[in-house]
Parts: sequence; C-alpha cells; structure tokens
Amino acid sequence: MNETAVKAVEPAGRQGRPVYELHGVSKTFVRRNVHALDRIDLSLAEGSFTAVIGSSGCGKSTLLKIMAGLLPPSDGSVYLSGKPVMGPRRDIGMMFQQATLFPWRTAIQNVVLPIEVRDGKQAAASAHERAHELLDLVGLKGFELVYPSELSGGMAQRVAICRMLITEPTVLLLDEPFSALDELTRDFMNMELQRICMQRDATVLLVTHSIAEAVILSDLVYVMSQRPGRFEEAVEIDLPRPRSLDMMSDPHFGELVNRIRSHLDKGAFL
Amino acid sequence: MTHPDVMTGGDTAPTTVWREEVSLIDRIPRSLAMILLLIGFLAVWQAAYSFDLISKIIMPSPWETAVDIAFVGHNLVTGGYMLSALWTTTLEVVEGFLIAVLIGFLFGLLVGETAFGERAVMPYLVAINAMPKVAFAPLFVSWLGFGIASKVALAAFIAVFPVIVGTAAGLHAADENARMLFRTMGSSRWQTLVKLKLPIGMPHFFAGLKNATVLVVVGAVVGEFLGGGKGFGELIRVAASQLNTPRVFCLIIYLSFLGLGLYWVVTFIQHRFVFWHRETVLQAEIGA
Repeated sequence: MNETAVKAVEPAGRQGRPVYELHGVSKTFVRRNVHALDRIDLSLAEGSFTAVIGSSGCGKSTLLKIMAGLLPPSDGSVYLSGKPVMGPRRDIGMMFQQATLFPWRTAIQNVVLPIEVRDGKQAAASAHERAHELLDLVGLKGFELVYPSELSGGMAQRVAICRMLITEPTVLLLDEPFSALDELTRDFMNMELQRICMQRDATVLLVTHSIAEAVILSDLVYVMSQRPGRFEEAVEIDLPRPRSLDMMSDPHFGELVNRIRSHLDKGAFL
Repeated sequence: MTHPDVMTGGDTAPTTVWREEVSLIDRIPRSLAMILLLIGFLAVWQAAYSFDLISKIIMPSPWETAVDIAFVGHNLVTGGYMLSALWTTTLEVVEGFLIAVLIGFLFGLLVGETAFGERAVMPYLVAINAMPKVAFAPLFVSWLGFGIASKVALAAFIAVFPVIVGTAAGLHAADENARMLFRTMGSSRWQTLVKLKLPIGMPHFFAGLKNATVLVVVGAVVGEFLGGGKGFGELIRVAASQLNTPRVFCLIIYLSFLGLGLYWVVTFIQHRFVFWHRETVLQAEIGA
C-alpha cells in the first residue's frame, strides 16, 4: 500500500556507487508492542551527505542503530560495501548527541580509544600520530593532553569527531551530533563538519530534527513519517558546495525548507 | 515602603539600591565557626557538671576528660599497654577492612555484572543485610574463638555490604550512550568492564569504601565487647564497669581517630585514582 511512497524515494546521491544499502528494513519491538520502522529502503552513494529528518519518536535512532549493527532488524536486509551488516563493524563510525568522552582519559587518549579496544595498547600508541593530525584537522591542536572537563561542549564534540574518524570508517552515522550545543556553536560545528566531510570525501548519514541543519548540510534529505517510521519523501538539495551559513537567507534555501516542512506531520515542530 | 527590595507603586522611586546581604555565619571563616561551636559545647558541658545537673559519677567534666586524654596519650607515646591495645584494635580494623573490600568487590562484581548474581544472589544479600549483623558476634566467637579472628570476621561482615552496594552501583553507572559507543567499537565484555564500567564506577566504589571505614570500627569494637580480647573495646568495657567515665570518653575519642585515619587514607587514594571526578575532589578537600 505504501509501495508508491517507497518508489518515490529513489537514490539520488551526488555521485558514486552505493555504499550502504537497506532493503525493506522493518523493526517491531515485540515486547513493547511498538512498530518502529516500516519497510525502509535507503541507499547511500559514496561521498554523499544524506539526512533523515523526522519528529521525535519516529524511529530515526532505531534506524541508525540497525545500520550500525547495534540492533537486528525484524525484516529486511542491510548491506555495507556489499557485505551484510551482522554486528558492529570497524568501517562504521558513529557519533551521538552527547560527546561521551571519558573523563579519566586525555583528549588524545579518548581519540585512540577505538584503536585500543580493537587492536590493543600498542596499536593505540602508534595511532597517536594520526590522532594528532585529526585533532589538528578539527582545530584542536595543542589540546591533546587536556582532560574533557576542561573542554567546552563544542570542543568535546570535535574530539568525538576525531574518535569517530580514527578507525577511518567507510561511512559516518551521526545521531543529532550537535543538538546539545547552543545555536551559535551548532552552526559553526555544522560548517566544520561539512569541511571535514568534504576534505575526506566521507559518506555520511545524519539523523536530525532540524530542517535547516538537514538542508544546509545534505545532498539528499529523507523525510520520515510518524511511527511506524517510513520515508515519505526524498528532497534533493541542489545548493552549490561548499555551503555557507549565508545561504540560509537564500530564497531557494527557504523553498527547500518549506518543501520539507510541508511533508512533516503538522504540529510536530511547534 | 521602607523595604528596599520592594518596587513601589510607580509614583515614588526606590530610595535605596537592592544589595546582596551576607549573613553573619557566611562572613566568619569555617575554622572559626567550628571552634566557636566547640567552645559553646564545652561550656554547656562544664555548666552541666558545675551545677550538678548530672551525677558526677556518670558524667565527667571536660577538664577531667582532657587530663585523661593527656594521660592516655602519654601512655600511647611511651609504648605502654594502651599502645598494644590500640595496635590490636588497629589490626582488627585494617584486616577487617581489607577483607571487606576484597569480598565486597567480588560480590559486587557478581551482582553488578552477571545476570545470575543480579537475579539469584542479590535477594539473599538484601535479606542478610537486613539482619542485625552485630547479633552474629557470639557465633563468630564460637566459630573463631576469643582471639583477633572473631573480631576481624565481625568487622568485615558488617563493613562488606556498603562495598558490595558501591561496586554494584558503580557497574551500573555507565549511561546508555557510553555503552552503545563501546559496542560500536566491537568491545568485548571484559574490555567494557575494564575500560568503561570499572573506571566510571569508581566514585560509587569509593563512596562504599568510606561507609565501610566507619562500620569496620563499629564491628571491631562490638566484637571486643562481646568476645573479650586485648583491644580498645575491651578497655572501654572495663573502664565503664569501673565507672571510670573520663576514660571511656577518652578511649572513644582515640577510637574515632582510628576511624578518621582510615577514612583519610581512603580519601587520599580516591583523590589519586578518581582525580577526574569533581565531587570527589571537593569531598577530599573537606576531608583533608
């Protein structure tokens, strides 16, 4: 019955072959009797930036957890680089709303943590050089030996970005990464994110409930319906890159925002 | 109208500015406040003594107590029988504490980390914890004799529960995000325990240890009351039976130093290991 809606969402990425492929992914939490996701089809083109937008509780985070291999789908299949996702994988980088840095580790020790967990202390030690470069990339040169308690919210999220990038993942899954930050910092961090992603030609999926954030960052925005979550519409964002915050006052930006807003359930964004 | 903080109806301007008022108690330094309170307490005590409000047989004067503190202190310094008694009790306390920490940590791991522990063991621990633990003292005496072992056992038995609770609570301290992050890193259960749950639970663990430092002294002294021996508890019992109340007070004060000393040691170690936890830093400053 919603085949039509699914068909309307053909992959329309910027370039490249599909890296991530989801076919008919559904999720039902039997115990809580919640139908969270309904036949999601999604394909991420290599080097593209895709956003999924929806109101709270529409299943965005569930989708991300399934893609990250943290949660098995009830139905459907998830492929990354041609191989099915059966659990957490090294080629998936993930970031959450909270930086979740560990206060007993310095910034650089937090960055190399994924290496330490996967390959041991020695590998982590030899990854320090790469960690230095990453901290440099996000503008935190000189903060290597600082403990998280001395970092601001935005700085902490930048360290979290480095930690995500240290394993050189194929795709980045971002779960409202900057929504805990104040608006000024958030805008700035979004631009930083764009710069980092463009520099590394990263394939990114961003989950957010901010329309402006989705539009300014993405090549393609999927609009998700209320529970059970399914894709209502895919909106291609044809603003030129690199994007800047000035574009937010561009009439075309406004059109795109309105188009997305019209697809979202009314009342969810009051 | 005279209240400076009340904005008047609008027809008259406020006559003064509204300023923060610092209360008297906030203006005097903490140490002075503590000393003043102590002096007040001693004055009330002395008054109660001088005016015969309480029988002099059961209530010594502050001065008598001070003299006895000096006497016992002299005995301790010169290595008299007091010192060997204090040493006995210290040994009981330290051994009891170490056993409580070790066993408490292991049970805490069992209860906090395994489903079996949480489901099957925990209810029994709760039930045992609800028992009046000092009532086990005669049992420990009959099992372990009148020597130091029965006191160590009772001290450890009483002190072990806060360690278990602290450890188990600490293991649950990691939030959903942190655990999810470790899962995305492909972390094994052991790695998650060592690199996430144990470090993040340290503040809870140390809170449990601090409770244990207080309880372990209680256990040792009660053990001596009920099982004899050569420690401070026994000296207190003897002094009380002779109505030597200044001595009882004096011994209690020295015993409290034992508990405080252990508490400070734990706080010092915590300060070193959990340097990243703000609250604990603050507590350590107050403790020291």
